[in-house]
Parts: sequence; C-alpha cells; structure tokens
Amino acid sequence: MALTAIEVDGLTKRFERVTAVDGISFTVAAGTTVALLGGNGAGKTTTLAMLLGLLEPTAGEVRVLGRDMRHERAHVLPRMNFSSPYVDLPHRLTTRQNLRVYGHLYGIEDVGDRISGLIEDLDLVGFADRPVGALSAGQRTRVALAKALINEPELLLLDEPTASLDPDTGDWVRSYLEAYQRRLGATILLASHNMGEVERLCRHVLMLRQGRIVDRGSPADLIQRYGRSTLEQVFLDIARSREAAQ
Amino acid sequence: MTARALRQNAPVGLSIGRIGAIVLRHYYLLKGSWARIFELAYWPTVQMIIWGFTTQFFIGHSSWVAQATGVLLAAVLLWDIVFRAQIGITVSFLEEQWSRNLANLFVTPLKPSEFAVALMVMSIIRTAIGVGPAVLLAIPLYHFSIFDLGLPLIPFFVCLMIMGWGIGLAVCGLVLRFGAGAEGLAWATVFGFAPISGIYYPISTLPWWLQPVAWGTPAAYVFEGMRAVMYEGVFRWDLLAGALITDAAYIAVGLFLFLIAFRWARRQGKLLQQGE
Repeated sequence: MALTAIEVDGLTKRFERVTAVDGISFTVAAGTTVALLGGNGAGKTTTLAMLLGLLEPTAGEVRVLGRDMRHERAHVLPRMNFSSPYVDLPHRLTTRQNLRVYGHLYGIEDVGDRISGLIEDLDLVGFADRPVGALSAGQRTRVALAKALINEPELLLLDEPTASLDPDTGDWVRSYLEAYQRRLGATILLASHNMGEVERLCRHVLMLRQGRIVDRGSPADLIQRYGRSTLEQVFLDIARSREAAQ
Repeated sequence: MTARALRQNAPVGLSIGRIGAIVLRHYYLLKGSWARIFELAYWPTVQMIIWGFTTQFFIGHSSWVAQATGVLLAAVLLWDIVFRAQIGITVSFLEEQWSRNLANLFVTPLKPSEFAVALMVMSIIRTAIGVGPAVLLAIPLYHFSIFDLGLPLIPFFVCLMIMGWGIGLAVCGLVLRFGAGAEGLAWATVFGFAPISGIYYPISTLPWWLQPVAWGTPAAYVFEGMRAVMYEGVFRWDLLAGALITDAAYIAVGLFLFLIAFRWARRQGKLLQQGE
C-alpha cells in the first residue's frame, strides 16, 4: 500500500464565473482519517467529486493510492468507494438486491458471503429484504454505508456520513467506521459539519472557505491555535473570517 | 488490506460482469413491478388489435392490402420493435437518473461504454416483453404470424433494433446534456422518423425531395424489404445492405453523442446533480 493515500496539487474547479475549488494542495497519509471542514459552498463536495473522478478538474493533479486519477482512474476505482446523502440507491430494489448489484460491479467473487457479512455487521438483518425506499433515514444511511464497504475499500470518501441521523445512530456509525479502519488500516476522508464527529474520528483537519484551504492541523492544534475550547468555535471563527489568534 | 474486490476489473475492454450487474439491477426493477411489465406489453397489444381490425376491413375493400394479408400488421409489429428498442434504452437510463443513482454507478469501475451495452441488453429484454405478447396474440386473433416472414425476420429485427439503439443513445445524451426538460424526447423522438420510414406505404409515395431523406433511415430499407418479401416473395439483399450501412451510422452517431454528453456531464458535475 502507498504511504500517501491521496496527493492533491493545485486542484482547481471553475464553473463559468464561479471558482468552486481554488488551487488547493494537500496530502492524506495512508491509514488515517482526515476531515474536510467548511461551510456550505466551501468546496467540500466538489473536492470529493474530483477525487472520485466524477468531476473533471479545471486544473491541478490528483493522485489516489499512487495513481494519477486523470489517466489511471480505472485502476484505482476498485480500491475505493464513497457514500453521500446527495446520492441515492435505487428505492425499489431491496437492500440485498442493491448490495448484490454493487458487489457485481466491483467484481467481488464471493458476493453472497460478503453481503451476508455486511448485513450482519451493519445490523441490516431486519430490513435486508425490504425496498430501500421504505426504510427510515437511519436505515438508509446504514445501507449506503454497506454499499460503500462492499469492496472493502482501502480508501473511503464520506460526504456527511451522519447527516440527518439521530445521536444514537450517528454514534453507532462512527464506532463502526473506527472499527473498520482499525481492522483494515483503511484511509478515510470525510466532509462533515459535525464537529464532535471530526474531533472524535480525525487526526487531521483541512479547513475550507470559498474553495481555498485556509487552515489545517490536528483538531487539538487548531483549538489551541485559535485560543478556543472546541473545534466548533474554531469553525465559526474561520467561517466568519476571523484571523487566528496566533 | 484484504480487499475482496477482485482485480478482475480489467481497465481495458468491456467487462461482462459489470454489464451483467446493470442488467441485474433492471431485472430486479422489472421483477418487482407488475405495472412496469404490464405497461411494456399494453401499447403494442392495443396497436396490434386496432390494426388487426383495420386490416380485416381493408381486405374486403383494398386489392393492395388483400394481395398480402397481414402487411399492415407486420408493419405495426416491426415498427414497434424500433420504438421499444429506443424506449428500452432511454427508460433504463432515466430510471438511473430518477433514482439519483448515476454517481454511485460511476464511482465503481463501470465504464460509460459498458453502461451503454447494458442499456442495449435491457432494450432487447424490454422489447421481447413488449412486442412478444402482441406477436403471439395476433396468431389466434387474426391468423397472422410474423414468423411467416421466415428467415428475413432475423435481419429485419436486428436492423430495427440497432436503429432504436442509435436513437435511444442519442436521446440519453440529450437528456444528460439538457436535463429533465429534455425527457419528453424519450417518447417523442422516434415518431419523428415514422413518416419517412415507409412503414405503411412505399418510399416512392413520398414527395421526391423527401425521398433521399427517407433513404437515410434504416427502417425505410427494412419496410421496403418486408413488402418485397410479402408481395413478391423476394429477399432484397441490396435493401439489407442499405439498412446495415445506415444502422452503422446511427449507432456510431448515437454512441458518440452519448459519450460526448457523458464527458460534458463529468466536466460540469452533472453526474452528482441528476435527479427528479
């Protein structure tokens, strides 16, 4: 496995007159969890989309798991996955059917065993054979997570993984992600508005504002640097454009 | 890392497994919805019944139709192949858009070309479900079997399917490019080809200036070929060649438009934003 899971250099995305991501550069070490933090429109989802190859950058380079995403995307995609509340699974298919389809798309050999394992691990047993459209938000989030883990990805990109979940289910998802990372040494890059989640899961934080990285560091470093007591206060400082205390 | 995703996802070439996965997704969708299956078979059957009665009336009043009983029914059933082939591609694509699933699909190793092939496979299945009952019902109702056309039926079917795929892929490209506002094209486009396809009348019936345009559609060759078989008992190889040449152009243009639109969608972030 590469020591650096993600290398981004000068990544830029412009939509006509709007610059959504403005020349950002960062690296994510393999086996770590890193957060992209920022307000609405800061460029988090656009950055994730470019890392996935769903969106072509206007400029800049992206290397994922040691491969250039512009030219070697097909080599990397089987080793990564993602989940987002802005993307759905087909509502009329059951949980099990959805997982089977995605299992085949990722070319998993023992897809039946893998699905059974995920259904058990993620506690999907009670609704494995119900259409996804009939599930609650919390159940759907777990199904989306199961889809994201179907290929046991080395790199997991998560866009607001616990959005719209109650605190109990949110905590359960975070615990599961921690266990998954410990078990497989996977790399996780998550975009989130939940500061508690970021403090708990992430070793490193990239603070985005108007498409630029305006600060970075560990949650503890950032809290100390801004002279605040929580990451949420730091987030508000940055979102409201206040300068760092030091 | 014990990733279970087999590295069988060859970066080059097409993967039967991934094409099969998309077909499986749409099989699950059809299996779980009797309304979808009913809708597929409903219109071809209604059309066949209407044209069956029309044919019975004409046989008593028109020597042209009487020469080849079933020529209108054959035309109706064959034209429905074009329509079902096109709609089979477009609706399968729209199902992915409506369910906001495109982004999930295209972060897997699935390639746009594999997706297009899967849509074609689904189109064959949807056409079989749609036209099959009408074809079978015509036998007891009107003593007409399309299979009486014999072996020529195979090239007719293939040529009409390919024409439908070409139009279907082009429509998918337009929907990707212009969004939900272009969805109406899915149902309307193919009917624009009907007047110049010579379904119910020879191409020579058209005004002289329209005839060269008509010969630009594969269906025109197929329906002229069908009449040659039914009236003269002759299979016209020249017409088959014309159909295949125009089909090659249709599928190439359709695939090109689809892939160009896909590239545009990837540049504009539309794969993430598609939905109802």
